Amino acid sequence: MDFSLFLIQFLNGLQLGVLLFLVASGLTLVFGIMDFINLAHGSLYMVGAFFCATFTFLTGSFLLAVLMAVPLAALVGYLVEIIVVRRLYHRDHLDHVLATFGLILCFDTTVQLIWGPAGVSIPLPDWLEGRVELLPGVVFPTFRLLIIGTGLTIAGMLYYVVNHTRLGMLIRAGASNRTMVSALGINIQSLFTLVFAMGAAMAGLAGMMVTPITEASIGMGNEIIILTFVVIIIGGIGSIKGAFVAAILVGLIDTLGRSYLDDLFKVFMSAQNAETSAPAISAMLIYILMASILAVRPQGLFPPKIR
Amino acid sequence: MVETRMNTLKNMTLTQGVVLALLCLFAVAPVLTEALDQSFFLSLATRVVILSIAAVSLNLILGYGGMVSFGHAAFIGIGAYAVGIPAYYEVYNGFYQIAIAIGVAALFALITGAISLRTKGVYFIMITMAFGQMAFYALVSIEEYGGDDGLVIETRSEFPNLLSIENNVVLYYVCFVFLLATIYLVHRIINSRFGMVVRGCKSNERRMQAVGYNTYLYKLTCYVIAGAICGFSGALLGNFTSFISPEMMDWTRSGELMFMIILGGTGSLFGPFIGTIFYLMIEEVLSDITIYWQLIFGALLILLVLFAPGGISGLLKKWEAK
Amino acid sequence: MAEAILKCIDLNKDFGGIAATEHVDLELLPNEIHAVIGPNGAGKTTLISQLAGDLMPDSGQVLFEGRDITRMSSHKRSFLGLARSFQITSVFLEMSVRDNVALAAQAHQGHSFKFWKPTHNDESLTKPAMAILEKVGLAERKDLAASAMSHGERRQLEIAMALATKPKVLLLDEPMAGMGGEESAAMITTLKALKGENSMLLIEHDMDAVFALADRITVLVYGRVIATGSPSAIRNNKDVKHAYLGDT
Repeated sequence: MDFSLFLIQFLNGLQLGVLLFLVASGLTLVFGIMDFINLAHGSLYMVGAFFCATFTFLTGSFLLAVLMAVPLAALVGYLVEIIVVRRLYHRDHLDHVLATFGLILCFDTTVQLIWGPAGVSIPLPDWLEGRVELLPGVVFPTFRLLIIGTGLTIAGMLYYVVNHTRLGMLIRAGASNRTMVSALGINIQSLFTLVFAMGAAMAGLAGMMVTPITEASIGMGNEIIILTFVVIIIGGIGSIKGAFVAAILVGLIDTLGRSYLDDLFKVFMSAQNAETSAPAISAMLIYILMASILAVRPQGLFPPKIR
Repeated sequence: MVETRMNTLKNMTLTQGVVLALLCLFAVAPVLTEALDQSFFLSLATRVVILSIAAVSLNLILGYGGMVSFGHAAFIGIGAYAVGIPAYYEVYNGFYQIAIAIGVAALFALITGAISLRTKGVYFIMITMAFGQMAFYALVSIEEYGGDDGLVIETRSEFPNLLSIENNVVLYYVCFVFLLATIYLVHRIINSRFGMVVRGCKSNERRMQAVGYNTYLYKLTCYVIAGAICGFSGALLGNFTSFISPEMMDWTRSGELMFMIILGGTGSLFGPFIGTIFYLMIEEVLSDITIYWQLIFGALLILLVLFAPGGISGLLKKWEAK
Repeated sequence: MAEAILKCIDLNKDFGGIAATEHVDLELLPNEIHAVIGPNGAGKTTLISQLAGDLMPDSGQVLFEGRDITRMSSHKRSFLGLARSFQITSVFLEMSVRDNVALAAQAHQGHSFKFWKPTHNDESLTKPAMAILEKVGLAERKDLAASAMSHGERRQLEIAMALATKPKVLLLDEPMAGMGGEESAAMITTLKALKGENSMLLIEHDMDAVFALADRITVLVYGRVIATGSPSAIRNNKDVKHAYLGDT
């Protein structure tokens, strides 16, 4: 097996995992604390990507665009929370699902209205275009390394905030005991809005980081939300640690699976069979992973303790 | 005799009246189509009828059983491909195709249901969505059957010595009859011992277990039945559209199905039918007005959830009470 | 001394560091009414949940008629003869009173994979249901939707549903919860009448009811049994007085 190819695919998997974590952490937090399923979380990812694309064209700088777009994504999250989401906290999950499904339709069409039906791609700035030689013969794009780095940094920051700050304590407390937190005089509604906006910012950032690689497109939100759901189901809904582990796992398995499954199949079936069945199976791989984990642990890998 | 008939008409509730009117309308849809010379009426009506069958099957598990499955469209796709794939190999026998549609759908429901039903609440919703999407991606990646581009069938299912559904009017009436049969079947099921158990599980599962029901088994059985019925509707859809693609199974289609039954009102026999009619009608009307019709649609759904959770059936009942 | 029909031996259950059930030994004798009392947070509902099969203990055993049922699921325990009522009313609110009881009765009439015949007028269900409704005094409310009942009536329905499965043992979690004086008196009468045919484990806060009904009383404090005995023995027990009834 070609080690350098494997390392590259491994890093690609890590990159996907890190992006998934950024999106999943917001979703799992919102569920863990507010008990709210937000199907439209993928739309926030999409919206971040489009904002970034526009700002890149306006300012000519990708970095500046990201810095401008992240707060804007948070703002969109804030607006969604105050206009629609907060009216639904006391309703059942089916209502959450339906209302946020409606939101997806609104977001998709609004984006189409503003940016048109085609996707928007942006070029990478020159200084990020290059490649880095990690090991002799192993070359990996700088930008993707940057994504991994940013993702891990934010994961670290999130870990710090949740476990070592007052805000984090409120988040953890709010997850397990809403009434207690309100009784302490904390404005629980503000906490919810803050968490929602934070989640939107992170999802938006993930969308922004992926845009130079693929493009900002209308379907991207709907595609990512499924993967995100798989991640938080595997990780345990409400658990950030679970989301991190699951995201990396899913990213690696999906990427490595697509690259190597046909080789694996060729070990015990004919080349022709391997080539027809491998694409289908590798597409289903993460779902098979999810099903296997759930068969043994229906609550996911690291379900948060509920009091 | 005439008097009793009049009394029956008077005693009918508003809901029953609306349902009867709609049924009559649909019973004569082909005639209307001819009379008004608008061929798209029949086309729309056929779509409504077929999707109503799917919606009725979803309502069985969701409205009556409390199982919020977000992957139900997968069964439609399975049923459609059960017609498409044999047709690709020039096997047009409708009996085989339908047997495959129902069989594979039931099997898929059994396997995914067995895993999904071990979870509750949010997990269940997300898992069913993920499984539905899994089926979607599986079919997209099979290049042989068109992958993303889908499959076109030239010949509809053949039922040798029985009838031919090549004629659109014949196809329509076949679908309509099966819609009525499905609604009747669901009516018998929900009032039977099995149905009461399923409804009890929605109402209070803990109590059901305490009195001795293995709720998992009953819910799984219900899930499989609903999947099989929906697979059948997929076979009808495949015949109707002649173009079969993985798009039919995308999770957003499951969302639309849910929208249809919520619009009509869950937990009622004809709710899914009413909901599908209004959904497709509104879609038709709005999409003629603007290409951004989904924006209005989405807003409508949000408003529906916020302010009229009982759907149209709920509104009708409110007006009856006045 | 008769062999206990239901007993638990050294039962332990821990919730994240808090011992909800600690070394609990309890015996329910045939045809007795055995009350379990204790201050809030004593772990009474947790105990009943482990006896009923909703919760699995961390260690210890639950025996029914000598048979180990510790890991048995709650629906299987129902078939052995165990029935339970819940502290927070768990009835089928959208269904009529009669349908509620009929559905409970149906559970013990073989399997329910019957998809065609309507249950509404099925005498094999309605007859036993009505018989039980007579017993608890709800016969006249048979067609009322459970959601339209008063709280006290709903608590009676709770009992009716437990009875519908023809149990040998009734585990009743605060049957009188939230009831006023008159309703409580009616419930006490109902429960007294059941005494001959059933063995009852009763969690209750209403002390008048407990002393009127119980043959024996167990006192639970912070998950531990601190005393078991006849009502008069308990009334005079120093530890109990101190922990629960308050020193007088």
